[in-house]
Amino acid sequence: MFDLPILSLLIWLPILGGLGVILFGRHLDSRLFALGITIISFFISLILLVQFNSASAEMQFQEKLTWVSSFNINYHLGVDGFSVPLIVLNSLITILVVIAAWEVIHYRITQYLAAFLVMEGIVNGVFMALDAVLFYILFEAMLIPLFLIIGIWGGKRRVYATLKFFLYTFFGSVFLLISLIYLYQVGGSFSITDMQKLPLAILPQTLIFLSFLLAFGVKIPMWPVHTWLPDAHVEAPTGGSVILAAITLKVGAYALIRLALPIVPDAAANLSSLVIFLSLTAVVYIGFVALVQQDMKKLIAYSSIAHMGFVTLGFFIIYQLNKDTSTAILAIQGGMVQMVSHGFISAALFLCIGILYDRMHTRDINAYGGVANKMPQFSAFFVLFAMANTGLPGTSGFVGEFFVILASFKANVWLAFLAATTLIIGAAYTLWLVKRVIFGEIKNAEVAQLTDISQREFGLLTILAAAVLFFGLWPEPVTDLMGASIEHLLTQALQTKCGGKMLGDCL
Amino acid sequence: MELIYLCIPLAPLLGAIAAGLFGKQLGRTNSHRITILGVSIALILSILVAFDTIGEGHTYNGAVYTWAVIKDFRFEIGFLIDNLSAMMMLVVSFVSLMVHIYTIGYLHDDSGYQRFFSYISLFTFSMLMLVMSNNFMQLFFGWEAVGLVSYLLIGFWFKKETAIFANMKAFIVNRIGDFGFLLGIGGILAFCGSLDYAEVFAKINELTGQTISILPGISWQASSFIALLLFIGAMGKSAQIPLHVWLPDSMEGPTPISALIHAATMVTAGIFMVARMSPIFELSDTALNFIMVIGATTAFLMGLLGIVQNDIKRVVAYSTLSQLGYMTAALGASAYSASVFHLMTHAFFKALLFLAAGSVIIAMHHEQDIRKMGGLKKYLPITYWACLVGSLALIGFPGFAGFFSKDLIIEAIQQSQLGAARYAYPLVLLGVFVTAFYSFRMFFLVFHGKERFIASSDKHGGQHTLPHESPWTITLPLILLVIPSIFAGYLLDPMVVGDFFHEAIYVNDAAHSFDPNLNSSLSQHLAVQTISEEFHGAFNFILHGISQWPFILAMMGLSLAAYIYLYNDSLAKWGYKKLHWLYNLLDHKYYADDFNQTVFAKGSIYLGKGLSVFGERILIDGFMVNGTAKAVAWSASVMRHLQTGYLYDYAFVMFGGLVLALSWFLFF
Repeated sequence: MFDLPILSLLIWLPILGGLGVILFGRHLDSRLFALGITIISFFISLILLVQFNSASAEMQFQEKLTWVSSFNINYHLGVDGFSVPLIVLNSLITILVVIAAWEVIHYRITQYLAAFLVMEGIVNGVFMALDAVLFYILFEAMLIPLFLIIGIWGGKRRVYATLKFFLYTFFGSVFLLISLIYLYQVGGSFSITDMQKLPLAILPQTLIFLSFLLAFGVKIPMWPVHTWLPDAHVEAPTGGSVILAAITLKVGAYALIRLALPIVPDAAANLSSLVIFLSLTAVVYIGFVALVQQDMKKLIAYSSIAHMGFVTLGFFIIYQLNKDTSTAILAIQGGMVQMVSHGFISAALFLCIGILYDRMHTRDINAYGGVANKMPQFSAFFVLFAMANTGLPGTSGFVGEFFVILASFKANVWLAFLAATTLIIGAAYTLWLVKRVIFGEIKNAEVAQLTDISQREFGLLTILAAAVLFFGLWPEPVTDLMGASIEHLLTQALQTKCGGKMLGDCL
Repeated sequence: MELIYLCIPLAPLLGAIAAGLFGKQLGRTNSHRITILGVSIALILSILVAFDTIGEGHTYNGAVYTWAVIKDFRFEIGFLIDNLSAMMMLVVSFVSLMVHIYTIGYLHDDSGYQRFFSYISLFTFSMLMLVMSNNFMQLFFGWEAVGLVSYLLIGFWFKKETAIFANMKAFIVNRIGDFGFLLGIGGILAFCGSLDYAEVFAKINELTGQTISILPGISWQASSFIALLLFIGAMGKSAQIPLHVWLPDSMEGPTPISALIHAATMVTAGIFMVARMSPIFELSDTALNFIMVIGATTAFLMGLLGIVQNDIKRVVAYSTLSQLGYMTAALGASAYSASVFHLMTHAFFKALLFLAAGSVIIAMHHEQDIRKMGGLKKYLPITYWACLVGSLALIGFPGFAGFFSKDLIIEAIQQSQLGAARYAYPLVLLGVFVTAFYSFRMFFLVFHGKERFIASSDKHGGQHTLPHESPWTITLPLILLVIPSIFAGYLLDPMVVGDFFHEAIYVNDAAHSFDPNLNSSLSQHLAVQTISEEFHGAFNFILHGISQWPFILAMMGLSLAAYIYLYNDSLAKWGYKKLHWLYNLLDHKYYADDFNQTVFAKGSIYLGKGLSVFGERILIDGFMVNGTAKAVAWSASVMRHLQTGYLYDYAFVMFGGLVLALSWFLFF
C-alpha cells in the first residue's frame, strides 16, 4: 500500500478511465464505469489525506522520473498542505458531476463523462506538479476537456464563449511560458522548488510577477480580465459550470501560492497594492454588477468572481501587515478556506440552477417565481446554499471571509471596510434572487408543473450541504491541514530575494 | 454543570432538527410535542442554572470545542455563565416556551405548522448561543443566526408579496448593522489579539491612547472607533434610527414570532451586547453620547408614529421600537443594569401585549385594523385583562413591571453627566406621555366603545358569528405572562439595587460621576447608586414615583386617550385638520422608507446597471477584449497582403532577411 505511487494514480487512473469509457462505452454502462472510477479516485485521495503529515511543510509522496534529460525536465510530483485539500475537493466534485449527468445528458454521454474524467486527472496533476514544464503542460491541457465540454454540450452561443475563453487564457499563458523559460535560463532548472530559491533582481521579478498575474489572474478570474467567465458559465452545461466554478478557478489562485509568492516575493510585495485594489474592485464592483443580472447563471458567475476576490485579497494582504506573521497566516488561511468553501457552495448553486434548468429550460429569473410552492425540498436546499453564499456564520462561506476581513483590519481599516461591504452587497444580490425565484405565488403555468427533486438530486445536494455545514461549524480540519505549509510559504514569501535590506527594497 | 450548559441550547436544536427534517413523518401533534419538550428542557435547566449562578454565585467560563487555531489566534465555541447570561437564558427560554404553546392554537390550521415549530426552536437555540457565548465570534454566530431565523419567519407565509419583501429588507438592513459589528470585531482582534471576552476585557485598558488613522492626518481614538462600530451592530439588531426601518415591516410574519423575536428577545440582543461589552463602551464618552442621542431620538420619534397606526400589530411594533430606544438611551447613560432590567420586564409585558393582539386578531378572523374593532371587552374577557395589564406595565403605571424599570432609566438619564443627557432627558420624558397615549388609544379602540366589526365580518364570510375567546393554548400563555408583567418589577431590589450584575457589567464611575473620589469599583451607575442608597423597599419606591414627572405625564397621556376615544373624538379631528402636515409626516414614517427605496435600493440597481453597461460591456468587453481581437484581425488582414502567392515576392523577402541576418552577425 505504501509503495503505490499514489499521486500518479490520482492523475492516471481518471485519465485512463476516461479513455476506457470511450473505448468500452458501447459494451458496458459508461455511467456506472465512470462513477466507479471517480469513487475509486476519491478513496485514493482520502488515503492521501489520511497519510498526509500535516505537521510537516515538506513536499510529501514525491515521485520523480527523468523526462527530457537534456533540458533537465522531470516528471516530478509532490503534495503539501496547499495541494491536498484541493485534490480531495476535485475528486469529490467530479463524482458529483458524474452523478449530475445521470439522467440529464443524452447526447454523447460517453464522451461527456470521459472529458470530465480526463479533466479530473489533469487538474490533480496541476496540484501536484513540482516541475515547471510539467505544470505548464498540465495547466494548458486542462483547457482542452473544458473547451470540449462547453463547445459540444454547451448552449447556443457556445462558439463565442469558447473562443473568448480560449483567447483570454491563451493570452495569459504565453507570458507564463516565457517567464518559466527565463527562470530556467537563469537558474538552470525547471524544478519549482529550485525556482523558489533562485535570487532575482527586481526588474525580472517585476516582469515575471506581472506575467504570472496575467496568466493566473485570467483563471481566477480577477477584475478586469474576468468577462470570459459569465459567458462561459452561461453556455456551459451544468457539469461544466460546476467544474469551472468549483475547480478551475482554484487552479489560478493555487498557482499564485505555488509560483508567484515564493518565486518573486519582492515584486509581489511591491505590487501588492495593485492586487489588493483589483481584489476589492472584484468584491464591490462585481457585487453591484451581480445585482442586476437577469440570468441566474450569470448572477452566480459574478458572485463567484466577487468571492474569489477574497482569495487574492487574503494572499496579498500579507504584504501590508508589517511582518505580523500570525495575522499573515490568518489571511492566507482565509484565502485557502475560501477556495475550498467556494468549491462547495458554487458547485451547489450551479447544480441547483441546473436542476431548475432541466425542468424549465430557461435561466431567466423573470420566468420563475414561487418555486417553493412546488419544490419545497429543493427550496430548502437553495435557501441554505444562498445563505452560505452570503457568508452566514455556521456555513463554510463565513470562515474565509471572516479571516480575511479580520486580517485586513489589521492592515488598514479601509481595506476591511471595503471587503466587509460584501456582507451587504452579497446579501442583496443573493436574497433578491431567492425572493424572485423561490418565494411568491406560483408565477406561471410552467412553474405550476414543476416537480420536486429526485432522490439522485437530493443525494447530490445533501452531500454538499453536509460539507458546507461541517466546515462552517468546524473548519479546524482544513486549517490544520494547511498550517505548516502556510508558515513555510511565509518564510519564502516574506523573504527578500533581490539582496536588498528588506522585502521589496532592492535599490 | 458543563453538561447542563451544553444541553440548554442543544435541546431546542434537536427539536428543531426533528420537526424540520422529519415533520412529515412525525405529524403535527408530535412535532409540537417534541419541540415543546426541547424548549421545556431548556427552561428547566435554565432555572437550575439560575439557582446555581444567581443563588450560589457560581460562574462559569469555558470552551466546548476549538473551532480553529490559527497560530496565535484561538477561535473557540464556549459558554460564559454569569448573572447576566443566566437572566437572559431564563427570559429567552420562558418566553419561547409560552410562544410555542401559543402557536398550537394560533397556527392550528396552517399548512406550515411543523416548519413553524422547527423555526422557532431553531431560533431559541440561536438566541441561547448568543447570550451564553464567551467570545465575539460565537456572539456573531448567534447574532446572524437569529437574523436568519427572523428572515425565515417574517417570510413564513412566502406567497405574500409583502412578507417576502419585508424579510429581505429585514435581512439586508440587519446586514448593514452586522457590517459595522464585524468591523468592530476586527478592531478587537487587531488591538487585543483575541476574541475571548475575558482576555479582551483583561487587556482593554491598553486601548486607551491607541489611535486608528482614518484618513492621512486624521486619526481617531481606537476605543471610540471600535465602540461605535460595535454599536452599529446593535443599531441594526435593536432597530435604532436610522436602521429601524425593518422592524415595522417584520409584522408581516405570524404574530407569535412578533412576540418572541421582534419584541421580547432578538431585538434586545443589541442591548444585551452593549451591556456585555460595557468595559469597551466605558472607555469612550464619544460612543456613549452617540448611543444616548440615538436611543432618545428613537424612543421619542418612534413613539409618535405609534399614534397614527391603525394596524394593531404595528402599534405594538412602534411601541417596541420606542422602548428599545429607552433601553439604548440608558446604555448611553452607563446605566447598564437599568437597561437590562427594562429589557427583562419589557420582554414579559411586550410578549404579553403581542400575544394578546394575536388573540384579538384570531377572534376578528385576521382583521388587524383597530378602527374595525371596538367593544371586544365582553367577548374576550381574558384577553381584555391580559392586554390591560400589558398596557399598564408598558406605560409605567406604578406597581406594574414597566414602572420600576422605566423610572430607573429616566432617572439615570437625568443624572448622567454626558452632554447628550440634556438632549435625551426631555425626549424620554415626553416619550412617556406619548407611550401612554398610543397604548390606550389602541386599548380603548379595541376593547371599548361601539362594536364596529359586525359590518366588516359580513363582508368576508357573511356569517354573523360573534367573536369568542380563544382556546386555552392561547389564553394560558397570556395568563402565565401576566404574572411577570406585574411582579418582575419587584426584582428591582435584588437585580439593580443589589448590584446583581456586578461581575458582568463594568461602569467607569470615575469618569462619569459628579464626584471623582467616589468608590469606582462598583458596577453601578451613579443614578442607580443613588437610587440604591435611597431605596427603602418597593412600596416606598412606588410612593416616591407617584409624585414624579413620569407618572404625571403617563396619566395625562392615558386621560387624553380616554377623553378622545371614549367620550369625544372631536379633539382628534381638530388635531388632524390643524396639524395635517404633522400627520402626513407621521403617516409616511418620516419618509424614511421612501428615502431608502429611492436612494439606496434604486441607486444600487442603477449603479449595477451602469457598471454592467459601461464597465463590463463597453469598456472591458468592447474596448479591451474585442478591441484586442479586432487589432489581431486587422494586423492579420494587413499581413494577408504580404501573402501574395508569387514566388519572387517570397524570394525577395527571404533575400532581404538573409542580408539583415548576415549584417547582424558581421557588425555586432
